[in-house]
Amino acid sequence: MADLSGYRFTASHEWIDSGSRVGITDYAQQQLGDVIFLELPEVGRTLTAGERFGVIESVKAASDLYAPVGGRVVEVNDALVDAPEKVNSDPYGEGWLLRLEDVDATGAELVELAAYETLTAAH
Amino acid sequence: MVEFAGWDMPIQYSNMRDEHTAVRQRAGLFDVSHMGRLEIAGPGADDAVQRLVTNNVARLAPAQSLYTMLCRDDGGILDDLIVMKSAGQDAYYVVVNAATHGKDVAWMRTHLGGGVGLDDVSEQSALIALQGPRAQAILQPLSSADLSALKPFHVARQEIAGVATSTSYVSRTGYTGEDGFELFVDSAAAPALWDLLLSAGRSEGLLPCGLGARDTLRLEAGLRLYGQDMDETTDPYSVGLGWTVKLDKGDFIGSAALRHVKESGAPRRFAGLRMAGRAIARHGMSVLCGDDVVGEVTSGTFSFTLGYGIATALLRSDVPSDAALQVEIRGTRAGAEQVPLPFYKRPATT
Repeated sequence: MADLSGYRFTASHEWIDSGSRVGITDYAQQQLGDVIFLELPEVGRTLTAGERFGVIESVKAASDLYAPVGGRVVEVNDALVDAPEKVNSDPYGEGWLLRLEDVDATGAELVELAAYETLTAAH
Repeated sequence: MVEFAGWDMPIQYSNMRDEHTAVRQRAGLFDVSHMGRLEIAGPGADDAVQRLVTNNVARLAPAQSLYTMLCRDDGGILDDLIVMKSAGQDAYYVVVNAATHGKDVAWMRTHLGGGVGLDDVSEQSALIALQGPRAQAILQPLSSADLSALKPFHVARQEIAGVATSTSYVSRTGYTGEDGFELFVDSAAAPALWDLLLSAGRSEGLLPCGLGARDTLRLEAGLRLYGQDMDETTDPYSVGLGWTVKLDKGDFIGSAALRHVKESGAPRRFAGLRMAGRAIARHGMSVLCGDDVVGEVTSGTFSFTLGYGIATALLRSDVPSDAALQVEIRGTRAGAEQVPLPFYKRPATT
C-alpha cells in the first residue's frame, strides 16, 4: 500500500496529494478495470472544484473525472497516453493524472483517508 | 457481480486483460449456466424444428450441432441458437440466450405443434465452457470421451473422473474464437466439476473468466451478441449471417420474408471497424461518412490481442466498403477503417 499521508479524497473517487497532484483512487481503478484511454485537460486550463475535467475509459465503461479542488492545470501526465494501464498498476503514484497550482478549495468536499475508506466499504 | 437476465454474474474474476489473454494463449473457464437449455422431442420433431429455424437441421448427424437463427414471420431475428441433434430420431437439444430464454420458449411452444414436447432443462443442468489452446490437454485426462476424435460442432457423452453425474456431455463449441469445449452436466455436479477443472488446469495457466472477457473474446472473433448486434428489427442478411439461412430447404418460419430480403438486397450491412486512437466506440454511437450519419455501432471494445480499438457496426448498404468512416464518441469524431471480420482468427493448428 502506498503511503497516503497528505492525500485527501472525494466521494467521486479522485485524490489530491500535498503537492496538488490529482488522480483516481485504487477503489476507482478496481471498479473500472483495465484503463484504455484518458481524455485530460489542456495545460493552462483553470478548473473549479467539482468541475468535470476529463474522461477515463476502461473496457467496461467511460466515466467522467471531477476536479477535487479548483486550480490551474500546470502539468498533465503524458505517460498515460501510451501507458494508461499505469492508472491500474499504480493509481497513487505513476498513474497520477494532472497537477494543479493556484489551488482554490472553495466548494471542495474533501475527506481524509479513513473517511474515504468508510465510504467505499459501504459499497 | 452484475445482474444479467436475472442471474448474478461476475464481470471479472481477476482482471479482464489477464482472463482474455489466458484464453488466447492457454485456457479459460466460464460458467455460462445462464444460457437456456431446452430439449425438444416427440413424433414430428424433425419437421417441426426444421420449420422453426433458418438453418438446415436435416443435414445434422446424431450428436452434431449447428448455429442458426430463430426468426419471426417477417424475418426479424428472435434469437441465435445452437441446435444439437440427439441420438434418436425426432429429438434435439437447444441452447438459447439468457435474455431471450422466456420469449424463445413461448415462441417455440406456440410454433412446434402438437405431439412435439419442449422440456426446459435449464434449472436442473449447468453449462461450463473450457476454452483455449490448452483446453483439450486439461480436459482429456478427466474425460472418458476421446476428445481428439471430437470435431467442432459435435457432442459426445462422457464420464468425468471424480464427478458423479447422471448426464454429462461435452461439445466442441464455444464463444471465444479458440478451440474449446462446452460441458453440460447436472447442476448438482457443477460446483465439483468447476473446482476439478480449475485445479487440473492450474499448471496449464487456466484462469476462471467472467462476462467481460467473454465479450472481448467473442468480439475479436467476430461472433455476434444478440440484443446488441441484432434484435427483432434485424434480419440475418443485414447482420452478415445470411449463411445460416437455407432458403432451399423448404418453407420455414420467415422464409418468404427472408427470400424477399435476399432477392431485393438487405437494407443494411454488418461491418468491422478498426479504430484510430484509443477511445472505445460503443453500442449506439453514430457512424459517419463525411457529414452523413450512415449507421451505428453495435459493439465495440479495446482488443487486448491486437492492441487497438475494434467495433462492429450496422451500416447503410450503399456505403462503399472502402469508404473512410468516423465514429462520434462524446462529441469527438474518431477515425474508423472498415476491415474484414473476424478481427482475430486463431492460428491454424498443426
